[in-house]
Amino acid sequence: MAQRAIREIDAKNILVHAGVAKWHGVLVDGQTDWKTLSKDHPWLLKEKLVVKPDQCFGQRGKHGLVLLNADLKGVEQFVRKNMNRVVELNGVKGPLTHFLIEPFVPHQAEYYAAIQTEKDHDVVFFSLKGGVDVEENWDRIQPFKVGVLDDLDSVSFGLPKMPERDAVHAFLKKLYRVFAENDFSFLELNPFCMVDGKPVLLDAVARLDDTAAFKGKWNVEFPAPFGRTLSKEEAYIKSLDEKTGASLKLTVLNPKGKIWTLVAGGGASVVYADTIVDLGFQKELANYGEYSGNPNDEETYLYTKTVLELLVKGNGQILLIGGGIANFTDVAKTFKGIIQALSEFAPALKKKGVKIYVRRGGPNYQQGLEHMRQLGEKTGLSIQVFGPETHMTKIVPMALEELK
Amino acid sequence: MTLFDENTQAIIFGMQAQVVQRMLDFDFMCGRKTPSVAAVVNPSDTRMLAVFFGSKQVLVPVYASTKEAFQKHPVASVFINFASFRSAFDTTWDALDLPQVLSVAVIAEGMPERDTRRLAAKAKKLSKPFIGPATVGGLTAGCFKIGNTGGAVDAMIDAKLYRSGSVGFVSKSGGMSNELFNLLSHHTDGVCEGIAIGGDRFPGTTLYDHVQRFEKDPKIKLIVVLGELGGTDEYDIADAVAKKKIKKPVVAWVTGTCAALFATEVQFGHAGAKSGSKKESAQEKNEALKKAGVFVPKSYDDFGELIQKVFEKHVGKIPAETQNPPVIPEDFSVAVKKNRVRRPASIVSSISDDRGEDVLYHGETLTSLLERKASLGDVIALLWFKKKLPAWATEFMEMTLKITADHGPAVSGAHNAIVASRAGKDLVSCLASGLLTIGPRFGGAIDDAARYWQAAVSQGQAPKAFVDEMKAKNVLIPGIGHRVKSIQNPDARVAALKAYAQKHFPSTQHLQFALDVEKLTTQKKGNLILNVDGCIAALFLDLFDSCPEFSGEEKRQLVDIGVLNAFFALGRSIGMIGHAIDQKRLQQPLYRHDWDDVLYL
Repeated sequence: MAQRAIREIDAKNILVHAGVAKWHGVLVDGQTDWKTLSKDHPWLLKEKLVVKPDQCFGQRGKHGLVLLNADLKGVEQFVRKNMNRVVELNGVKGPLTHFLIEPFVPHQAEYYAAIQTEKDHDVVFFSLKGGVDVEENWDRIQPFKVGVLDDLDSVSFGLPKMPERDAVHAFLKKLYRVFAENDFSFLELNPFCMVDGKPVLLDAVARLDDTAAFKGKWNVEFPAPFGRTLSKEEAYIKSLDEKTGASLKLTVLNPKGKIWTLVAGGGASVVYADTIVDLGFQKELANYGEYSGNPNDEETYLYTKTVLELLVKGNGQILLIGGGIANFTDVAKTFKGIIQALSEFAPALKKKGVKIYVRRGGPNYQQGLEHMRQLGEKTGLSIQVFGPETHMTKIVPMALEELK
Repeated sequence: MTLFDENTQAIIFGMQAQVVQRMLDFDFMCGRKTPSVAAVVNPSDTRMLAVFFGSKQVLVPVYASTKEAFQKHPVASVFINFASFRSAFDTTWDALDLPQVLSVAVIAEGMPERDTRRLAAKAKKLSKPFIGPATVGGLTAGCFKIGNTGGAVDAMIDAKLYRSGSVGFVSKSGGMSNELFNLLSHHTDGVCEGIAIGGDRFPGTTLYDHVQRFEKDPKIKLIVVLGELGGTDEYDIADAVAKKKIKKPVVAWVTGTCAALFATEVQFGHAGAKSGSKKESAQEKNEALKKAGVFVPKSYDDFGELIQKVFEKHVGKIPAETQNPPVIPEDFSVAVKKNRVRRPASIVSSISDDRGEDVLYHGETLTSLLERKASLGDVIALLWFKKKLPAWATEFMEMTLKITADHGPAVSGAHNAIVASRAGKDLVSCLASGLLTIGPRFGGAIDDAARYWQAAVSQGQAPKAFVDEMKAKNVLIPGIGHRVKSIQNPDARVAALKAYAQKHFPSTQHLQFALDVEKLTTQKKGNLILNVDGCIAALFLDLFDSCPEFSGEEKRQLVDIGVLNAFFALGRSIGMIGHAIDQKRLQQPLYRHDWDDVLYL
């Protein structure tokens, strides 16, 4: 993974911590104790407030999910009314679970600022016309390119004529520095405003590059995308993936699908999924997944076991154990874990009449394939085994014959 | 221009012995005169790396810094970085500054995008191709390969990578590059250069960067591209083909066509493989390529056939293979795995096995031993006798160890341990010093006694005849006699052993024989009693007799080997270690024997 969305509160806190602006806010969820909340955050009783969901989706205002200029009581009522309510946003359904409370700031002009990354430069966008209608005024947004090797001190933007132009310029410059130095991959302030010459962060959307976590500049939690709740099995594989240097991925597309895949390699796994879809079987494709980066046999065992549990629980008929010709992954070793899981599930797989197709090449593939053949002989499982002499995706049409 | 030729040399960052070996195997296969790895950089350990170049062993120098490595090897021009995603940025940044470095490859997955982009921008400014990150690398067939590209030796031979073909190939995926080398070897005359740019969203070089190079290289006649959903790189290619900037035939396929049909957005295996917008989808990109005049198959399944069609139409017939690569001697470990060689083992072992997850003591796992609360005697039974013995027997063994553990500081073993300890020697030296005194005069009596008891009893010799025979030979009976103890003042240790045996041992015939002998010898002199050594000897013979697991031949062999003395050596080690520790704890000075106590002749 690389670019991942973060909550608005985390985005703003990173900016505040870096001295870009002053701001305070608090995140509430289903566990929040409203009795002690104002003790920990006394400003909640002193200021007029704004409350809105903080779950990495935009257009909250348009969907009537923002309460403005309220007191704490009103905020609490709003949150209680909306907590766990299922809403649909751009075709994605999900429950509201987290809300951000922040001070309400009366203001005049709403500005727009955003920064995005391109290959060799970043683009800083600015518009005098921020707010909910920014998309209608897209042609009024000015882009400024900043090269990734440019000196952060001498970055400048040709802002239009506007009040407090220098203060806004200084703010954007600082904002860009924080963006670059904290490995943001996207940041949007829509809108922000200026009050008494100082910037006020009204609304923020941000993505961080999670591979930069090791630098220790921030410590944030990356919430699952809105509406995307991971199944137990997906969450388990995700936790395995996070613990290992290898890569283990699993997305269940259709738990009732007949075709399950167990493919090695980020590139090859996509090709297998493509081929199944190309041949008209997308409805039967149960999962997308891949293992790569030389996982050990314990990891391939746990990974396979998880896929087989799902297959047995559902309507699995076909299991494709595919992969290209590996560069350095020891095929026999990764197959060891797969074989262990397959032999444990052999009775269940036989009962369902599951047909298994194997295709793989790479270091030690002869031994790996031989072990697969032996597994078939020993357990009576239907396993057909192919090496690099067979075209990588050939096993897909072979297997799909079974379903016709 | 291809990136590499047959004289290209690289410096590898990171101790990657197997990678270096694979690169040298490829070199040998290509008929290179010199290995392609000039040196390795490894800050923590600069011992030279021994690898094979063909069947000859060569030493690859290892340096602590990249700068030093390049200084010492002025011919090297490629920097291959195996540092982790944490440190790959700094090491690559510095390497780019060296004028000698002409191209870099970064293997690590998970390098932050900004770091990659900054490196890429710097590399571009310096016109130095930067391959990666998150990739296996790339190769110029018959010349040079980066790291693990091309895979194992047999895969490289199958894909004919040891000689140049006329296809320039570039892909995002490192894993698929090997698959494609193989495919190209079947459907064309093979690859000339193949590069995997890596699966990140912002790779160091783009697909199009390499396509532009392929266009300029006269050796390359056909360009093959394997793209992927996510990003817009492929449009640059489409654009260039449409504008005739690329005139050579291009066959391309963008993987990830399935994504459009999934209800949920899927993050595929590669970080960059996610279509944010319609423009980044595989369908749109394939469509755009096709429109621009690129040859695009219906699906990946047809890729090979289309490549062959285009090759035959634009390049020519696939020539018959004429060149065979030199055979690379196989690594012994690999050949063993493949069942191709055999060799008598240098060491044979039958008592334990540490190859599995759990260590086996004569077939029993350590876990099982601990679970059944096995005693030290049980462990000895497994490792010395290769048997599971009944509790009465293993308990007896432990009794022996307890009884023989120590006999005060004055006896030879303890004395030596004390002297060594006071000379400032380490604990193991003190123990060894003490152990070395065990022999015919000190502690060795158990084995000797056992030999006599065993011989006499097995021949059915009467005690009287035995004593007479020994007297006639003028041999003191081992196991009989004590310096201070006597029939009136019996040895408590012997009494305890006798009592235990009479209670628990199914057979005590050797003990009985020894006691009968004692009856005769004590008639002559009160202190000619059965001593502790003689008693232990007799009882071990009885123990062997009482356990049907021991065959007659085995019993004789064990006594011959001197296994009974092992109980003394093991038991007494406890005491000798104790004395060594004791001396150190008491901070005793160097021991020097008194002149007065030496008789000078």
